Amino acid sequence: MARGTGSFILRRLVHAVPVILIVAVGVFLLLAAAPGDAVDAYLAQTGSGDTGFAAQLRQQWGLDESLPVRFLMYMESVVTLDLGWSVAVSAPVTEAILVRLPSTILLMTSAILLAAVLGSVLGAVAAMRRGSPLDGTITTIGLALNAMPGFWLGLIFIVVFVVGLGWFPLAGMSTIDGPTDPVGHALDIAWHLALPVITLALTYMALYMRLMRGAMIETRASDWVRAARARGLPSGRIVRGHIARPALLPVVTMLGLQAGAMLGGSVVIETVFAIPGLGSLAYIAVSRRDLPLVAGVVLAGTVLVIVINIVVDLAYARLDPRVADERVRSGPNR
Amino acid sequence: MRVRFRSHERAASDVLAVDGIDLTVAPGHILALIGESGSGKSATLLALAGLLPQGASAEGVVRLLGRSILDLPEHERALVRGRGIGMVFQDPGGSLNPVVSIGSQVDEVLTVHRGLRGRAARAETEALLTRCGMADAAHRAEAYPHQLSGGLKQRAAIAAALAARPAVLLADEPTTALDATVQAQILDLLVGLVDTERLAMLLVTHDMAVAASVADRIAVAYAGRIVEEGPSEQLIVRPGHPYSLALREASLPFEVTHDPLTRRLPELRGRMAAAGGTGCAFAPRCPLVIDRCRTESPALLPFGDGRVACWRAGEAVA
Amino acid sequence: MRLGGWIGATWLLVVTLVAIAAPLLAPGDPLNLVARPLIAPFINPGFPFGTDQLGRDVTAMLMHGARVSLVVGLAAAAGAIGIGILVGTLAGFLGGRLDTTLMRITEAFQTVPTFILALAMVSALGASTGNVILAIAISSWPATARLVRAEVLSLRQRDYVDAARMAGLRPFDIAFREILPGALHPVVALVGVTVGGAILVESALAFLGLSDPNLVSWGGMIANGRAVIRTAPSLVAIPGIAVALTVLSVSLVGDALGTRLAPRSRAYA
Repeated sequence: MARGTGSFILRRLVHAVPVILIVAVGVFLLLAAAPGDAVDAYLAQTGSGDTGFAAQLRQQWGLDESLPVRFLMYMESVVTLDLGWSVAVSAPVTEAILVRLPSTILLMTSAILLAAVLGSVLGAVAAMRRGSPLDGTITTIGLALNAMPGFWLGLIFIVVFVVGLGWFPLAGMSTIDGPTDPVGHALDIAWHLALPVITLALTYMALYMRLMRGAMIETRASDWVRAARARGLPSGRIVRGHIARPALLPVVTMLGLQAGAMLGGSVVIETVFAIPGLGSLAYIAVSRRDLPLVAGVVLAGTVLVIVINIVVDLAYARLDPRVADERVRSGPNR
Repeated sequence: MRVRFRSHERAASDVLAVDGIDLTVAPGHILALIGESGSGKSATLLALAGLLPQGASAEGVVRLLGRSILDLPEHERALVRGRGIGMVFQDPGGSLNPVVSIGSQVDEVLTVHRGLRGRAARAETEALLTRCGMADAAHRAEAYPHQLSGGLKQRAAIAAALAARPAVLLADEPTTALDATVQAQILDLLVGLVDTERLAMLLVTHDMAVAASVADRIAVAYAGRIVEEGPSEQLIVRPGHPYSLALREASLPFEVTHDPLTRRLPELRGRMAAAGGTGCAFAPRCPLVIDRCRTESPALLPFGDGRVACWRAGEAVA
Repeated sequence: MRLGGWIGATWLLVVTLVAIAAPLLAPGDPLNLVARPLIAPFINPGFPFGTDQLGRDVTAMLMHGARVSLVVGLAAAAGAIGIGILVGTLAGFLGGRLDTTLMRITEAFQTVPTFILALAMVSALGASTGNVILAIAISSWPATARLVRAEVLSLRQRDYVDAARMAGLRPFDIAFREILPGALHPVVALVGVTVGGAILVESALAFLGLSDPNLVSWGGMIANGRAVIRTAPSLVAIPGIAVALTVLSVSLVGDALGTRLAPRSRAYA
């Protein structure tokens, strides 16, 4: 199994390369289309307006070259992972991104898992009580949460739970002079991330609710459930093992589908809750018009989505015995 | 041990699926219930097991080991299923959960009904699978349904059905979906199990050849009623009801009896009527029909060692 | 769901009418300072929803903000669906190398986190309403493209396409006149999601200060209210409820239409 997994991952990564390249090209074109360039942004920030200095900088940074040459320079920088300098955070772009990546990964993974768990449980309840008022209520609540802007829900939660009740901290990832022992530190981070994770999860769980509900309605009517009843198994066991368990598979398949949307959602969530992650970095980059940083964030975000999808596909292959053998060998078939 | 029942059943929108069936099976014996689609045979099995879909109901008396079970509350009915009654279905793959290994599915029945867990359960599962004719049971128990052939899947389904040591086995066309050679093996297996485990088996099939090969007694269903019932030799050699004769001719011709003039094999024209209604349901298609058949529904009356519901019983076979 | 569809349709009707009539109902620039700051909502009949910390009329801002949300939402969704239909039809109909290339590009656009792409575009091109619409459209078209392509692929095999070809119709005509109409009905299901998504993205961009600064937007109102959230939470709550209700209504109407027009789609069961 390990060997198969390795080649599967390799295949997916190879398949991802053209995607990343296309994104890189797209980003380059976008930057080229932008009025003003990195030099303008730099000068705007540092305050000097000397055109001679500007010309000198342009030459230094290679921005006076023709488009094709700049394109090659850009692609070279992408491949070597040297994504330039960020004026907004005064650091190399690559470094700025890598420093903030773990926070976002933690936030996203927790939110995806929480959304999936909540969505599956609620979808299961809705499916088993299909047609009842509870079913309609659950579905509507899911839709309503989905319709709320994530940043707005976050702000409301802050008003209620932070300002009002004081249950959670206001901002950041961890308390400044908080516990330093591993467990204490981890708990502290969890406490800080709780509200942002919950906000993100609630906003995106509607899809999982729908999927689980639909899947369970189908499995409930399947022959093996009838056979399980014929064996006299108690209904609790049947619901868990024979109705819900096979129904989870379509939910897991779609787990990665919202990854891109959720990463986008994390931009505002991180900004509202002051989490130092990729999302808030995106906001900083955009508000300061730091185009190299913007480009870097776009690429990093794309790679993150790809990785999440690969992980989800691996998890799915583990869970569905029918697919475990083939998918590992034949690669993606989206 | 006896299972005796008489039931009326009504499926949704008041379609009468079974209009009074009266059968008895003794332990160590096989009763085959033969009929075409629409005869109510599958509905009968589901009603016995308490698995009728919502909206369908069964009325009457069903006795298992002397105990009436039809009116039990659902949670007690569930206990009867598995421990009292085991059931095997037509589609072998369909009875098995595709994401769980077959061993685990049998283990589960052992845990719920016989209190076995872990190693003890798995050991018994392997023993069961071996008794159901599965070679290399220890290995096979880890397999998932999609990795097994139809025959193996059906063996696993049978093992799961018998794991709780029921007294009765209900089989709904268990071999119809299998290849011919595998059919014979599974039938042999079932016969063997009936003997060794002293099961009372009710086998539903549309194929008289299957019934003839394994059953001790045969009951023929038509339009929701039993029209003939008796020891299988009698029913095959000297069927009392014209429909039984037609069934026999269609699947077990003693000689190729095609009409030399038209060169056509014997066929039974027409379609089965719905259950209920006056008169004999078979009247429209019966070669021996008389006026009385259309007005009076014939009762099941003794005929040889069995019973027949026909005003002209026994006259079909010259 | 049908009840939900009607409720949603009612709210959308209200919002649309208010949006159209905004200049009449609340004349003048909604960003003008008109009264004492921080009047609470539901107290003063002259200012039903109160005023913000600069003394601007919240009711007027809500009404004008509705215009922005609806216009951007609908225009962006129309753009996304239009691009998606175009790409999907071309890819499905022409097949071969072009199909593969287009699908790779679609996959690329789908992999980039949608909001980040929109952010990048607005950042690069400037924060005007037109750019916002463009940005949202460009980040939302892949779903439609995939769906249309799948439909076109299946319809392509049908006999009436061969008949059209025999009759001498040019490929372009075949693709867009014969096949496309049949491929459109599943797209109806996507309209609700796309419009709702567009409205949410617009409000998020406005919240981050990346939309046209001269126009009022519900997202911008939320950002504005954030500064005084402890003392006047209604300034955040009210515009957010407006967004949520509108997006929810779009979803409900989209669902209802989806079930009506494409009853075989199980997703709405």
